Amino acid sequence: MSTLHTVNKSPFEKSSMDSCLAYAKQGSAVLMYEDGIYGAIKGTAIADKIAAASGVSFYVLGPDLKARGVAEDKVVDGIEIVDYPKFVALAAENDKVQAWV
Amino acid sequence: MSEQIKKFMYLNRRAPYGTIYAWESLEVVLIGAAFDQDVSLAFLDDGVFQLVKGQDTAEVDMKNFSPTYQALGDYDVTKLFVEKESLEERGLTLDDLMPLTYEDEDDDWAEKDSIKVVSRAELADIMEEQDVMFSF
Repeated sequence: MSTLHTVNKSPFEKSSMDSCLAYAKQGSAVLMYEDGIYGAIKGTAIADKIAAASGVSFYVLGPDLKARGVAEDKVVDGIEIVDYPKFVALAAENDKVQAWV
Repeated sequence: MSEQIKKFMYLNRRAPYGTIYAWESLEVVLIGAAFDQDVSLAFLDDGVFQLVKGQDTAEVDMKNFSPTYQALGDYDVTKLFVEKESLEERGLTLDDLMPLTYEDEDDDWAEKDSIKVVSRAELADIMEEQDVMFSF
């Protein structure tokens, strides 16, 4: 059973991203969107946790990065920047979606 | 009623688009600027994200209100304190923020920076001096 985890809250304000990372198993995917995209910025404590998560694929929604002025070169290496159609595809590819609101 | 000038500080602690706090704060600051008080703004925690440059909301169907911060100088809102530790925790530096300036009427209208990066301890001291705090 593969799961797509979604996070839409800032990791600096809420524990949603931390909890997601603690529960995401190998083979699952994590998509950051809305204020969740702040978790994708290089050089933070959350970035270290993402680097340490093995076997989990990370994605971040490009339009929400742009809205917040986070340039693509600020995104942690290994996190794939995706568009809305890819968001839908990820939801369809995985067996279920678990939202960390 | 006496015409006593008070020190007003607006405390900004939220990221710009996930909630309405940032925008509401900006609106209240601009309205409040009509009252000739000694106004300053503090940006800490996720509030520092409000000032990040290059915001482009075209693909998320929301209004990009970040250019409005440029107007603060014209309303004599010229003291924007940004907390250094909050920037660092978020992988940001002053270079990631919009340059915001004002023209100093007491110094032959010289253009000066409105943003001042201060440490948490310095900001705590600045807060201590305030008469009124507005939290967003």
